[in-house]
Amino acid sequence: MEARLLQRELMELTARVLEEGVLDKQFLEIQTLRDEDNPNFPAEVVALFFEDAQKLINELTKALQQGQNYVDFGKIGADAHQLKGSSASVGAKRITDLCIAFRGFCDQLNVEGCCGCLQQLHYEFSLTKNKLESIFKLEKQILAGGGMLPGM
Amino acid sequence: MTIVAEPQFHVLAVDDSIIDRKLIERLLKTSSFQVTTVDSGSKALEFLGLVEQEEEEQQQQQTSSTSGLSSYHQEIEVNLVITDYCMPGMTGYDLLKKIKESSSLKNIPVIIMSSENAPSRISRCLEEGADEFLLKPVKLSDMKKLRPHILKGKCKDQQKQHQKITCSIDITAAPSPTLVAGSASKRKSMEDDTLAPQRTRARFSSETLTVII
Repeated sequence: MEARLLQRELMELTARVLEEGVLDKQFLEIQTLRDEDNPNFPAEVVALFFEDAQKLINELTKALQQGQNYVDFGKIGADAHQLKGSSASVGAKRITDLCIAFRGFCDQLNVEGCCGCLQQLHYEFSLTKNKLESIFKLEKQILAGGGMLPGM
Repeated sequence: MTIVAEPQFHVLAVDDSIIDRKLIERLLKTSSFQVTTVDSGSKALEFLGLVEQEEEEQQQQQTSSTSGLSSYHQEIEVNLVITDYCMPGMTGYDLLKKIKESSSLKNIPVIIMSSENAPSRISRCLEEGADEFLLKPVKLSDMKKLRPHILKGKCKDQQKQHQKITCSIDITAAPSPTLVAGSASKRKSMEDDTLAPQRTRARFSSETLTVII
């Protein structure tokens, strides 16, 4: 049966993404909050995260591009803190870890450290987004084929 | 044999992050709570019926509900407030203080959530009267910690009013066998927990009927 193959593929993909440390157990926690009435709950929360994270990364990029002479560490520290919270809520582990490092550089008033972290954030965000989109795409296919998803 | 139909408890959740609001709402609903979410401490106070200081006296005269909440703002009783600690403007700590300073609201249990595991912050909140401190991200298993605080608060309320209604916590703590009946299949994961032998405390939702023989 195709649904069963897709379900196995989804299980393997999720396990791989967890093993790579892109996502952590919080993502599984979100999946358990899905039920028949809210099959798209994980995708909805993650969509809010994408939006929030993209906005914050843009803010950070703008703040660090404005010249290295003046960097508002209070502002970028607060943005990084917010991104840390959002990413932790959906289990985007690598982004959370980068935000912790970023805040450390803010405390040290280390512009280079912040810029390095921001570059990694750009990279990890697009990677995390890709992986999550693959997971949700598979889920959609499974649902369309009449299959069940984790948490249902 | 006593049959007690339990009401669904109402939780007011406060968080400035829309992601966390959505998450806490889902966690609470999955745990059979009725939920209202707001994005700031001031909106929470408004919902609770606590407005400006000078209006407070006037408002207390209008107060009639058992929880002591303003009747025009507040049609449904709030049984518990769960709030984020770090919010712009009024923080969760400020909100906690306002609730505990208010004669009409101080019996409502308050739970603080925070992503920072800072011992000084935790003790400050507990000293100010917070009932629990939860580390973010909050999990489904944390939701089990809410009900005991609500029931404890209810006991206090009822003692105060000299009501003869038996307190729920006494009923469930009684040595008689407790049978929990009636549930929607969508909460199957929660049922496994509640029906486990070590957790015989009854669940409370509009669909639940607790039968004590």
